[in-house]
Amino acid sequence: MHPAFSVLLLTTLIGAGQGLFLVLFATEVAALAGLVTKPGMPFLVGGGALALALTGAGLVASVFHLGRPERGWRAASRWRTSWLSREVIVLPLFMAGLFLWSAAHFAGQRGTGALGAATAVLAIALFVCTGMIYASLRLLQEWATPLTPLNYLLLGCASGAVLAAAYAALAGSSLAVPYALAALLLTIAGAATRIASLARNRALRPKSTLQTAIGVPHPQIAQRSQGLMGGSFNTREFFHGATPAKMRAIKWSFLLLAFAAPIVLLAFGGASAPVLVAAFALQYLGLLAERWYFFAEANHPQNLYYQAMS
Amino acid sequence: MTQLALVIDLNVCVGCHACVTSCKEWNTSGSAGPLADLNPYGADPTGTFFNRVQTFEVGTYPDTQTVHFPKSCLHCEDPPCVPVCPTGASYKRAEDGIVLVDYDKCIGCKYCAWACPYGVRELDEKRQVMTKCTLCVDRIYDPALAERDRKPSCVLACPTNARLFGDVHDPESIVSKAIRERAGYTLMPEQATRPANRYLPRRKTELPLHPDDLVRAENPLRIDGAEPGPAFLVGASEDFAT
Repeated sequence: MHPAFSVLLLTTLIGAGQGLFLVLFATEVAALAGLVTKPGMPFLVGGGALALALTGAGLVASVFHLGRPERGWRAASRWRTSWLSREVIVLPLFMAGLFLWSAAHFAGQRGTGALGAATAVLAIALFVCTGMIYASLRLLQEWATPLTPLNYLLLGCASGAVLAAAYAALAGSSLAVPYALAALLLTIAGAATRIASLARNRALRPKSTLQTAIGVPHPQIAQRSQGLMGGSFNTREFFHGATPAKMRAIKWSFLLLAFAAPIVLLAFGGASAPVLVAAFALQYLGLLAERWYFFAEANHPQNLYYQAMS
Repeated sequence: MTQLALVIDLNVCVGCHACVTSCKEWNTSGSAGPLADLNPYGADPTGTFFNRVQTFEVGTYPDTQTVHFPKSCLHCEDPPCVPVCPTGASYKRAEDGIVLVDYDKCIGCKYCAWACPYGVRELDEKRQVMTKCTLCVDRIYDPALAERDRKPSCVLACPTNARLFGDVHDPESIVSKAIRERAGYTLMPEQATRPANRYLPRRKTELPLHPDDLVRAENPLRIDGAEPGPAFLVGASEDFAT
């Protein structure tokens, strides 16, 4: 598949926003249980605003994926069958919950716990929707696995936790240390599941072959004409055009940037602001590369009809 | 229930692209708007087509077969492109099984094209909506056309009659008979899409010719057993050669 930058930005930005909110809400719950001292109102509201800004930026990026963005509102209508439609509904609901939770904290209202719990459910539902958009396409075997939504959940939570740690360190909060620990554990978990999906995809055998694609059961088939000269939607949308060497380079850079570097920084860097900000920046770049690879790795069966391209 | 479909005879398709051009001509001229052509006179022309013909060479030289392979929407009975559409623009008609896109509802998110294993949906670069074969829904029911013209444009254009059109759920239709009698098959059955369109395989062409036919043993003109000799023996008139 051809990786679209709008979708890379959308999924990484909202993932970090959802993760950041989940960490903030977990802090509020832990404070209620007396595990940590309750963070101040400006800290929670600032964090909520940051999460809202990230999800808002993701929403803006997603608009660039649409050919007809002015009709985007129609996408909420088929939630019974389409995971994309479900995401289109859950994303604004999550943003509304995030806004109300932050506003309730800002106004010093009661009931932030209930609001936060509802928003946390929406955040997790949004991870599931985003992952299932890809995992529900059975024909894309690289995506059709429970590891896909699990990776979206863990990688989003990891980047949100790293961001929370950087934010707490910048705000001078003592929460930077437990946040960094949570970020470390989530990054390790995300690395484990992402590497598991890489290993799984290496062992995949394509369900469809050129023989089943044209229905000629002969071992020796060569394509002589693709039925077009200057390319078409089919040759643009489903091919990434990268050489195997570039694919390998991007795979190793995302493994390094999204997992190895942040793990080293979080484990040995101390909870200082510059280290945590660097960890978030490196991991975010790594997650962009990870998402690029996620798309490029998926081999669409229609590519069988374009042997000269594949 | 009716399921309209095409049956494509690979045994007689000669790869002339008449179906491609007549499809483009009909569908770019319709009320749904033109099919974009970008850079049509440049080095890399590209554009929207509902139907394309590809060519494959099967076997190893010199024992090869050239297979011309027309490719368009298969109007699946379990179309994977329909449930994924977030707006309901992509739908399958209950009355005749044609899979269509409502160009006024499509937001151009391309998710349906991702869900289709056959790559037969193309985003129109100018209109920015998903487009695909409509089985010429705007002509097959047109009462202003003569009965014989109420067929998809590609079917009418095919010079070798390689494209048959009809209801595959009616066992007596020409398409059902062709599928039954000539081993019509579906593409990528492992994708569980149950395509309505079928393809008829290539067949070995045999000429049943007996030596007696060559010398015309039962020719009543062979009165004395010698006359008239076949053309290839006496090098004479063509009349007797066949």
